[in-house]
Amino acid sequence: MNFRETCPIYLQISDRLMDEILAGKYAPDERIPGVRDYSVLLQVNVNTTTKAFDQLRQRGIIYDKRGLGCFVSPDAIQRILSIRRDAFFNEWIPDIAQAIRQLGITTDELLSHLEQCNEA
Amino acid sequence: MISINHLNFRYNFHRPPVFTDFSLEIGDGQIIGLLGKNGTGKSTLLYLICGLLYDKKHSVSIDGIPSHERRPETLQRLFIVPEEFELPPISIRQYAKTHSGFYPNFSEKVLEDTLREFELSPDIHLGSLSMGQKKKAYISFALAAQTDYLLLDEPTNGLDIPSKSQFRKVVASQMTEQRTIIISTHQVHDVEMLTDRVVLLAEDRLLLDASLNDIAERLRFEVRPVGADLSDALYIEPSIAGTLVVAPANGFSDTTTVNLELLFNALTQNPEVVKTLTQPS
Repeated sequence: MNFRETCPIYLQISDRLMDEILAGKYAPDERIPGVRDYSVLLQVNVNTTTKAFDQLRQRGIIYDKRGLGCFVSPDAIQRILSIRRDAFFNEWIPDIAQAIRQLGITTDELLSHLEQCNEA
Repeated sequence: MISINHLNFRYNFHRPPVFTDFSLEIGDGQIIGLLGKNGTGKSTLLYLICGLLYDKKHSVSIDGIPSHERRPETLQRLFIVPEEFELPPISIRQYAKTHSGFYPNFSEKVLEDTLREFELSPDIHLGSLSMGQKKKAYISFALAAQTDYLLLDEPTNGLDIPSKSQFRKVVASQMTEQRTIIISTHQVHDVEMLTDRVVLLAEDRLLLDASLNDIAERLRFEVRPVGADLSDALYIEPSIAGTLVVAPANGFSDTTTVNLELLFNALTQNPEVVKTLTQPS
């Protein structure tokens, strides 16, 4: 895994796990790899992975079964999509809006390009 | 716990002191990156910790036992992989047979697993290895010894590109809460993602001893586009993507990844960075 220059590693790890859940690699109520195995896979400190798992647990995306490990929550996909939607409006849109201003792009232009993307 | 209390150390009177009134405590269960320019005493510190070198006042101890006494009960909990070493011309099996008795927790399985991860055969002969293979074989034995303290001096020197990532894997897989692993290196990218804590040496003193969590809470490491405001920067460095910036976190704690190389340069060039990291929050 190539780590992006500036985003904290633990957030990149939780993002990766969310991507894997969205892609269907781990289904609802299916077990995900343990913290140690996941750390070895990504060659990172166990504490960093623990922090990522803690965050996902807090957001209700994964849950613990005592002695059995971590599992994907039944409603994990809805939760991830809602988190991603919030991030889209709160983090991406402001950046895009700034670029639109800088480049003098009109709303019509933007919409027609979006439609082209959807058709492709 | 490793304790160093007001250590003064020099090799002889013709040479400058390596450590002057140097104090450091290293708690258990952490992977520590020991960083510093060439000649700042990284190897010397590792040798002092395991008692191969000692100062007159015996100011280095492990769990309360002075390291210089080199008591068996301390030595069986400690393993050092020096930067350069010689191995006897025997097979690794023979080596494990004759040396594993010194380490009560020695694990045959860890030895085999680690050798396999490094793509070495469990039957290799130590007399016929390249420098990198020798290093990987000895690191495998060191991990298999399962000591509470493991000191690795420039472990990634001489390792080829795939071996560096294999090294990170074996360390991540063998780390436990009881274990303390100190990795001295100047190749920070080799260990950046593994460390809990960094200890930075400069000349004869300690420049920084901080956990990566604390650093991430107090400093931001960013790439800013050319022309962006740099007024809050503590340190800047030009790069292809823009300007690399170290700035105080100012409420944006834990939003960026600690860039150890950038931090190292920032610390050695701007004393304000140390202040930002050490002042009580």
